[in-house]
Formats: sequence, structure tokens, C-alpha cells
Amino acid sequence: METLAVEQAAIATKKTQTLSGSQAVLEAFVAEGVDTIFGYPGGAIMPIYDALYDYHDKLKHILVRHEQGGIHAGQGYARTSGKCGVVFATSGPGATNLVTGLADAMIDSTPLVCITGQVYAHLLGTDAFQEIDVINITTPVTKWNYQVTDATEIPAVLAKAFYIAKSGRPGPVLIDITKNAQLQQFNYEGYQPCTHIRSYRPKPIIRKEYIAAAAELINKAEKPFIIFGQGVILGKAENEFKAFVEKTGIPAAWTILGLSALATDHPLNVGMLGMHGNYGPNVLTNDCDVLIAVGMRFDDRVTGRLDKYAKQAKIIHLDIDPSEIDKNVKATVGVWGDCKETLPLLTKLVESKVYPQWVNRFREYQLEEEKEVIHEELNPSTDILTMGEVIRNLNELTGGNAVVVTDVGQHQMVACRYAKFNQSKSNVTSGGLGTMGFALPAAIGAKFGAPERTVVAIIGDGGIQMTIQELGTVMQSEVNIKILILNNEFLGMVRQWQQLFHDKRYSFVDIASPDYVAVAKAYKIEGQKISQREYLRDALTTMLNHNGSYLLEVMVGKENNVFPMVPQGCSVSEIRLK
Amino acid sequence: MHKEEFTITVYTENHIGLLVRIATMFSRRKINIESLNTSPSEAEGIHRFTIVINEFEEVVRKLARQIEKQVEVLKAYYNTNEEIVWQELALYKVSTDEIAEKAKVERLLREHGARAVVIRKDYTIFETSGHREETDKLVEVLAPYGLIEFVRSARVAIIKASHGFHEKLKEFEETEPGEDQVENEFLDKQNEVFTM
Repeated sequence: METLAVEQAAIATKKTQTLSGSQAVLEAFVAEGVDTIFGYPGGAIMPIYDALYDYHDKLKHILVRHEQGGIHAGQGYARTSGKCGVVFATSGPGATNLVTGLADAMIDSTPLVCITGQVYAHLLGTDAFQEIDVINITTPVTKWNYQVTDATEIPAVLAKAFYIAKSGRPGPVLIDITKNAQLQQFNYEGYQPCTHIRSYRPKPIIRKEYIAAAAELINKAEKPFIIFGQGVILGKAENEFKAFVEKTGIPAAWTILGLSALATDHPLNVGMLGMHGNYGPNVLTNDCDVLIAVGMRFDDRVTGRLDKYAKQAKIIHLDIDPSEIDKNVKATVGVWGDCKETLPLLTKLVESKVYPQWVNRFREYQLEEEKEVIHEELNPSTDILTMGEVIRNLNELTGGNAVVVTDVGQHQMVACRYAKFNQSKSNVTSGGLGTMGFALPAAIGAKFGAPERTVVAIIGDGGIQMTIQELGTVMQSEVNIKILILNNEFLGMVRQWQQLFHDKRYSFVDIASPDYVAVAKAYKIEGQKISQREYLRDALTTMLNHNGSYLLEVMVGKENNVFPMVPQGCSVSEIRLK
Repeated sequence: MHKEEFTITVYTENHIGLLVRIATMFSRRKINIESLNTSPSEAEGIHRFTIVINEFEEVVRKLARQIEKQVEVLKAYYNTNEEIVWQELALYKVSTDEIAEKAKVERLLREHGARAVVIRKDYTIFETSGHREETDKLVEVLAPYGLIEFVRSARVAIIKASHGFHEKLKEFEETEPGEDQVENEFLDKQNEVFTM
């Protein structure tokens, strides 16, 4: 009863010169230019939600159906807007439900500020209702986290949170605020954005000797090859990167998170790297003489077997995170810095060149892949629909201008392989963590991050069932997203591995689906299901033209496999076409 | 390539939770921490972790970079035993009667440079400091005389080649690159591309 009285008193005295901790949180958001919050209320974050009631004209709040949906929406928002995603959750289970999203944002370098409520400071460590040690739980999956127990800390801590989340290599930050600090009235002296933390150097001083050494290697190269990742997008360096590629004339291939940083039909864009990437980029990684890695981290899905990865090549590695340089692949020249700054310096020093023969080798591999894999995938000779032809039709209808959000599995690989992109920040997927259930909530966030764009969520029949509750968020927020379920009636990627490496012993991959169209209808979302080619084009057109969200379920081949494939433990040059 | 003993010295802010953040760097990679000490450093307000592990040099190098990446960490160094001077402190509790009776115990304590910290009727506490082998040796020789309790501290170490952290800290506090870092022509021509 006593605490209730304190709460009421705090609420009653809110409109004084002083601010409550909760108001200070929202003032910080306004000052940082936040416009959308994804969240879910609960006991320990109620004072912040109470304050939010008065900020509805400045801060839009999207009520999700589960905190995991909230944080994935925050990630989708960050990825398409280039801004920082903001998420609210309450203490205890609210906070633990954020963990998957934090881990996903950490490994995919997505800037997020998550605010969790916490029990009163005097209850910390007492196993109070909905008390959990969220700071220790989230330490390995956050770039930074901090527990606030006194409201006077809030402006400075939030300034630090936004600065850390957005600067350098971005990442998720979690601020845990005890209920007493949210309620506490204090003398608010305004909000000062943070620009410097002495123990934190988001960007180094660029060393010209490394730029010069890199330029010399590039100028001497006969078979140079560029591989690029999300660093180009996070550094907002798409133009600088394009200028570099075009001046040097070097073929460039992307990691899954680098996709859309360079238009997919750019003449020097030779495709995708890694396990299900394109034939040429994988094989020729082990044939190039200089490998120029820009804003990527040599993930095992990209490199395959490390001791047989590009051993013949001199490696130039541009990255903002010094701990990435030499982590997996030893760099001949490491260029530590923001590629927005290092690329122009490098472009200045490199010679303008073309490599017709070398580029042609990528084309030759491309033709072979077309013949062996791509043609049949995009234009199947049987009646059974393929994922690839759905994507091809989608490309033709959107002209490569849509944001494509994918989940995890076969459909993700097919979508990333075949989707066309004309502009950056258009591919949203869970790359590093491989989080099934990511796409639906991330698509909601992606649309709020880029409201003027068409957002298509491509999801498998496994992934959609992991976060299907977010259809409720779609319904209530009236967000306009296109949900395209590619249903192969299997957990397809696991099934593919079981077929190839486990003697076709299909162990628990046969997953049943509900009637998705009926489920969507229950959420007041229009939809239809098709399984024949003759309806595909019209169905996609209807989906794209529909005024509002739409769910289209396409039944595709049950046992189709994604190829090419670098089997686990093999070198990239051992990539299989079938 | 073989594993050897490395001492990692980490200069940090004094921040709640940082110990866990640093400790998880090791546990995540299944590396056992042999010894860990935290203390103030020569620079005011800056904490110093001294961590001992047995690992390959390459692993330690990567680990040091991951540690240094943490927001509240200013700098992480790693050194072989040849590059540092280190000590560990040990306390030994023995029965006072035993020492009084046996002159041999007294001689042993002298030989090992032990110093009495507390002398009571029932027991006496000695202290020595040194390398592990030295403090271990005294445990061994005291055992026959009834060693009641023994405890040893973590390693503390000074890096032989280090000039301390005062100057480095000034650098970190600068929001713009310091004079000594202005070492290239691009900076003169293109101020805007250089940031901390």
C-alpha cells in the first residue's frame, strides 16, 4: 500500500518544474529524434508508459504481441531507416524475451536502445515479483548495458546509450531502470547528447601508410576481387563504395548482409558469397590474387574451411572494428577505419582500370550456374512451383524497388540469391544468428522505418509459426506489409541437410501448418493460398496492389534443394552445383 | 606453437558489471582464468585487471582485442613472463607451540623469507610473497609441522617496458587527436576525415 501511495503522489506531482525519471527517458528520445517505439507494458515499466500517455503526439508507440516481436520490429526499423531502433519491455519475462533479439542485433551490428523496467531498487536481489538479473543475462549480447537506480543519471545514461548504439560498429544497448528511478522527481537540466567517452573509441585515426599499402597491392593486382558486407550500409558509404568499385573495375561479391549495398544489376556485381552463394564468387575466391574485404567479418558461412580459404591471395581488410581484423583471416594489410572515410582515400590512390578477362571468368561460371541451377529454379520444367520462380515474378512486379524481409532457411537463401535490389537498406534478414521467426515482426518495423516503400516479408512455413502472434500487431497498427509464405510443408533447410548428409532420415522436419489464410482472416488481414503456376502472377499482383496488409501462401515443391552449396567443412572452391 | 603463461593487463573504468563482461570473454571461449586481480592503477580513477591464463599467443592476441573493444575498457596488454615482474602474496597459519618448540621451523621460515604478521598464543600467521613455486615450496615444508590454513593471492604484475598509464590517459581524454598522433599529411589537408 505504501508503494502505491508513493506512486500516486509521484503521478500527482508530475506537472511541476521538475521531471520524473520516466519523463526524462522520453525527453531523451525526443531529443535523439526517435519517432517510433516498439514495446509491451508491464508492472515495472508502468511509470514510463504513464508518461508516454502524454507524449503520443511526439512518439508513436507500436504495441506488439510479444517482446521478441518488439525487438525484431526495432531491428527491422533500424535496418531500413538507418536510425536507432527503440524498444520497451517490462522486467522479468519481458526482459528475458528480448534476449534472442539482442543476440541477433549484436551479431548483425544493429543499433538498438532497449529500455527495460526493473523492480524497485530496494527489492533488487530479493527474488521480487518479476525480478531478474537482466544486466548479467544480457551482458554477452549487448554492446553496452547499464542499470539505473537514480533518476538523476537518466539524461546522461541515455545520451551514452544512443551514442554507443549508433557509433563505431553499431550494436544493441540495454538500459534497465528501476521503478523508483522512473517515478523519482528530479531537477532536470536538459539533455546533452554524448559525443565522447574516454574509454571508447568508435573510430580510429586513419593511418595513411595502410591506405597507401592497400592501394599499391590493388594497383599491382591482376586478378583482384572485392567482397563486401553490411559495413558499407552501416557506414552509409554506398556511394563511396560504388565509386571505388567503378574506378578500380574490380568485380565485387556480397555477403548476405551486404546485399543491396550495390545494385544487384550493377555490371561489376558478380553475386553472393558463401554456403549458398554463387558459383563464380566462391570458386574464384581461391583464384584471385588480391582479396579486398570491405566491412565484412569472414563468417564461417562465407569462408567455408578456413585453412583452404584464399590462401593464394593477399588480403586487404577494411573494417571499423579492429578486433575483426586478423580474427578469422589474416590480413596482409588491415585498414582500420570507417569505410565512409577509408574508401575515398583509397579510391584517390588507385588507378582507373578494367579487367575484362578476369571479369569474364565470373561470367563463365555464371553461365554454368545458370545452366545447371538457376534456369530450372526460375523457370521450372515441371508443374511444381519453385521458390525461385516466385521471387522472379516478384522481381518483375516490384522492379527491384521493394524492401525484402526474409526469415531463416531455404526461402531466405533463395530470396537473397534471386531478389533484385536497386537501392540500399532493402534487404532485411537475420544473418549471423539465423533467428527463425524474425521476418514477420522485422517486416512490421521495416515498414515503419521506410513508410514510403513496399515491404514484402518472405517467410517459410516454419518461421511464420514462431512469431505468428505478430499478425495481431499488423492488425492493430494497420501497417501495410505483404506477407508471402513459401510453404514446402517441411523445415526445408534441415530436411535438405538430412537428405544430403544424414541418409535421408527425415527426423522431425515434417511440420504441419494451420490454414494461414483463415488465421490471417481472423486478424482481419486479407489473403489467399495458391498452388498452381497459372495463379501465381495474379496472386502476387493482388498482394502488391492490395490497400493494406495481405497474406499470400504459395505451396512450393516439398523436396527442392538450394544449390549451389558449399558443404560444411569444405573449401569454397569445392562448391557443389547439385 | 604451444600454450604458455600470459599475463593480461587491462586498464578500465571502475564500473559495476565490468568484471562479468571481461570474465565472459574467457568463459565463452572455454579458457580457464588461472588468476585474476583487480586493483586501482597508477592513474586516478582507472582500474587495473591482472589476469593470468595459459594459452596460445594467437588466442591471447585476439582475446586482448575483444576485451579492449568493451566500452569501459581503455587498454588491454598481454605479456609473457619474461616481459613482466610479478609477485603473489601468501599467508600461512601455523601453531605457535610448534614454532616455539622446533627451532627447525624457525629456520625454514627464515630461509623462505617469511615474516610474522600476527603472533598469538595459539597460532602465528606468516606472510611471504614471490612466485608460485616459492610460495608453494613453503607450504610443502610447513606441512609436516601442521599448517592450519593457507591462502595465496592472485598475481600482480608490472610490465617491464611500460611507461605507465598517465600519458595514455591524457590521450584518451582528448576528444580530438593529440599532437603526437598528427603524423600524416592527409590530416593536414583533410581535417574532416579524421575523427577519434
